[in-house]
Amino acid sequence: MLRDITLGQYFPGNTVVHRLDPRTKILLVVLYIAALFTANSWASYGVVVVFLAAAMAISKIKLRVMLKGMKPLIFVIVLTAGLNLFYTRGEVLAQWWIFTVTREGIRSAVFMAGRIILLVMGTFMLTYTTSPIMLTYGLELLLSPLKKLKVPVHELAMMMSMALRLIPTLIEETDKIMSAQKARGAQFDTGNLLEKARAMLPILIPLFLSSFRRADELATAMEARCYHGGEGRTRLRVLRFELRDFAALGLGLSVLAAVIVIKRFSL
Amino acid sequence: MDKTAIKIENLTFFYNPEDEGAAPEDVLSGVSLEIRRGSFVAVLGHNGSGKSTLARHLNALLLPKGGTVTVFGMDTKNEDLTLEIRRRVGMVFQNPDNQIVSNVVEEDVAFAPENLGVPSPEIRARVDEALRMVGMYEFRDHAPHLLSGGQKQRVAIAGVLAMRPECVVFDEPTAMLDPRGRRDVMDIIDKLRQKYGTTVILITHHMEEAARADRVVVMSDGRIVMDGAPKEVFVRVEELDKLGLAVPGTVRLLYTLRQNGVDVPLSALSVDECAQVLAKHFKA
Repeated sequence: MLRDITLGQYFPGNTVVHRLDPRTKILLVVLYIAALFTANSWASYGVVVVFLAAAMAISKIKLRVMLKGMKPLIFVIVLTAGLNLFYTRGEVLAQWWIFTVTREGIRSAVFMAGRIILLVMGTFMLTYTTSPIMLTYGLELLLSPLKKLKVPVHELAMMMSMALRLIPTLIEETDKIMSAQKARGAQFDTGNLLEKARAMLPILIPLFLSSFRRADELATAMEARCYHGGEGRTRLRVLRFELRDFAALGLGLSVLAAVIVIKRFSL
Repeated sequence: MDKTAIKIENLTFFYNPEDEGAAPEDVLSGVSLEIRRGSFVAVLGHNGSGKSTLARHLNALLLPKGGTVTVFGMDTKNEDLTLEIRRRVGMVFQNPDNQIVSNVVEEDVAFAPENLGVPSPEIRARVDEALRMVGMYEFRDHAPHLLSGGQKQRVAIAGVLAMRPECVVFDEPTAMLDPRGRRDVMDIIDKLRQKYGTTVILITHHMEEAARADRVVVMSDGRIVMDGAPKEVFVRVEELDKLGLAVPGTVRLLYTLRQNGVDVPLSALSVDECAQVLAKHFKA
């Protein structure tokens, strides 16, 4: 049951999007988010959507998978849309009790919900097509100027990649513990919220204990394999910007530029 | 070249007691052992005998509280040599899940050479070679958590082989595996010795695995209590029983027969040898 979690998961593949330099992809996401937050009209949203759809088509990431990953966010999206729908002043279309629906409200609700959905889908594209190791390597390189300010960039990147590495293992473990507790009569899906929360305790405690043991063993194994921090470390894959990276960044920049132009001239 | 791979002299070790003032209890008390290059040594002992603690001294994960451990002529206490010692003495642990550091098989195998600062093209060559050696090359771009236990352990072994170690310490590598995974790991050990002449130290409590070594060291309460060829060690059935170690099925069979007055030698370890001995006896 916990296996369906796709958040932060990587789907290996060999498409152009997969092969792009992780730094390119991180920068593309930044450009994409900038464009998304600049966009304020159907036309500009359209440009962003086309860009995302193209990236999805090329990388063969299915819409269904993305929507599944978005399930936990439905509440936030609905709440945002609702607030925008009822609390935007403008031309009144309908009114009931304290709720007022305006033309501007509908527009802003659709745009806000769309913005969140597109934001999440864009970042999903990054994590779905980039292996965690490559992602952290890219981040480490992009942030490496901060090393001069004594920011432990390598250590942070390492911690992040370890966390991502352990997600599937911990999910498996949680499944196992839950089955063991169920076998002994524990019930997780009945009762009110408080009872449900209390039922989680016998899962969390063994999970925490085993996580600490795991972390300890993993650290020993890393030491046994000569890990001694980021100093003097080389990589299996050396990151080099290729032609396709420049092309992709050019495309990302032009999407942002298009959105800015559309906004400036309110097309 | 010096024929000794590892030399342990009068090694004593204890973990610092949790409450201050309490007397520490020795986990290892006065262990001395010399391991020749290219040999295959099995270390046997039940839980708490100190065998894993001993293993962790061989690549400076633990440092002696008394005595010395010398690895390829290097004293493990010398911190400047720690990395070189760990490169030359690789270690494979019990739980494959807790030694794999990456979400992609080949990136995990590359971890150690990356740490050692090996140039990228050379890392690629080492990763491919190590993965072929353990028969996991086809899985190089898979996610480790989707592999079986035995396959994961093979990836973990490849991760150690990528350092090109001269000696590999296996710390109960088969304890969490099914029979098939167990056999695969043992086959890799054989292959490793044939192909590279690697010195192998196998910590285990499976007698059948230990029987494949050319020397068996039995530990109990932090001391070495037996040391010799498998045939010399496994005939000491009563002593092994007392230590709570089960002798291989073949020896157990021959031992029981002897107890009941059948005159067969005890030293037929493998199933084939045992069958031959029995056939010969009953024909006569």
